[in-house]
Amino acid sequence: MPSPRHEGVSPCGEADDVLLTNLTLSLGTTQIYRDISLTLPGGRTTCLLGPSGVGKSSLLRQIAGLVTGDGQVSIGNQHRSNPLPQIAYMGQTDLLFPWLTAMENVLLGARLRRQKPDTERAQQLLTSVGLPGVGQQRPDTLSGGMRQRVALARTMMENRSIILMDEPFSAVDALTRRRLQDLTADLLADRTILLVTHDPWEAIRLGHKIVVMSGPEAADLHDLPVPSGEIPRSEHAESSVSLHAALLRHLMVPGA
Amino acid sequence: MRGLLYGTISFLLIVLIWWAIKLGTGTPDFILPDPPGVASAMWLNAEMLARHAVVTFSEILLGLLFGIPAGMAAALIIFVSRWARRIAQPILLATQATPVFVYAPLLVYWFGYGLTPKVIMAAIIMFFPVTGAFLDGLRRTDPGMVDLARTMTRNVAGARWLILMRVNIPAALPALASGIRVSVGLAAIAAVVGEWVGSSAGLGHKMLHFNAQAKVDLTFAALAVLVFFSVLLWLLVDRLLRLAMPWQKDSATEEE
Repeated sequence: MPSPRHEGVSPCGEADDVLLTNLTLSLGTTQIYRDISLTLPGGRTTCLLGPSGVGKSSLLRQIAGLVTGDGQVSIGNQHRSNPLPQIAYMGQTDLLFPWLTAMENVLLGARLRRQKPDTERAQQLLTSVGLPGVGQQRPDTLSGGMRQRVALARTMMENRSIILMDEPFSAVDALTRRRLQDLTADLLADRTILLVTHDPWEAIRLGHKIVVMSGPEAADLHDLPVPSGEIPRSEHAESSVSLHAALLRHLMVPGA
Repeated sequence: MRGLLYGTISFLLIVLIWWAIKLGTGTPDFILPDPPGVASAMWLNAEMLARHAVVTFSEILLGLLFGIPAGMAAALIIFVSRWARRIAQPILLATQATPVFVYAPLLVYWFGYGLTPKVIMAAIIMFFPVTGAFLDGLRRTDPGMVDLARTMTRNVAGARWLILMRVNIPAALPALASGIRVSVGLAAIAAVVGEWVGSSAGLGHKMLHFNAQAKVDLTFAALAVLVFFSVLLWLLVDRLLRLAMPWQKDSATEEE
């Protein structure tokens, strides 16, 4: 299914790069990270890998404007206000609102902003994630994988050019996770995505760019060369297997 | 239906134990009446008991009518305003640490023997569980949901208010419901305490009189009426709350 046009795309049709410059965050007296600079290629998926507690999620939250730190976030050559207005956010759990139906959850953004809900498009999106018939069901009647797909439809409903995903598939089983990765690669192909994950295979399957964050300093950020080829990549390709080994090395021995 | 069956069984069990104690110990009727004695006292005085039950339950219902909304309002004000929280929390704590019954004589002194002091007493007693539970629910709203809502209401006027109305409050409704259940459970205590301190009508008032006149069978009859209608009220409220929040699952509904 061709995805509908979305805002934040420059007239020539190519999405702009997102530039993160010298992002620094302290919570209370604890410094989480310092001077992190990173480019998210426009219309591509950047996977940020790292051990737990290293500040990946905090970085994502700073870009989303959920925590305030120092540094600059800009799109293309234009300096935009930080936080970015055109992002969609997907958290570690599905974050479906239990008192709303699946359809109402997909329409959550419009509901919160008091806009007229586009039920037709929401139904299309539910169909595109393979759940055409669950619109009237409440989240507690859906399985974990189905709930995560509704969350994906909700993210797409926001129709943003930049999507920030914080370990979005960590709460589902391995098989479901694979299907969700395929679905994400397919449906969000033209978006600029920053996907935080602790799963090397997820990064290998989905990342056009893979960055390992092994510590709080700028020097702890490593950009790893990725094999060419269609996303989602196969785990069986030799290049994938050697990349996996390289990723593990970086994750286990910081700075290797 | 099964609930009704079990309810009847436990009621019969209590009556049987009571009767067994009475027969086993040979206690005279003026100390402990037997169940048929109480039943006939209830039957013979039905009109009088009904009249006083109406008084007591008016106090209870009016207490709920004022106490619950007041408790909700207090919780909301404390939740949205840090300033209000700092001022109100010591007051709430002090009031909660005081046995509320000590206010009853004062209320009678100020408002006389009529309905007003009992309603105020009932409202004060029902206020605290609602405030506590609702505030707790508001504070425990899944931070992920709030984050998601914040990213969706970027650059929307009154975003904080919208998030309160459409995220925090609905998320806190189940907690509010438990507060209301506790309050309704305390309702009879509240009204009867008010009546004991000074009154001219009501089941609590009559019980005090029957006791003084050594009419134990009538004391029991009044007590039975009070318990019956209190339990009925609680069940009704519980059912209404469940209907209002079908997404809230608990062990009791799962059994059905």
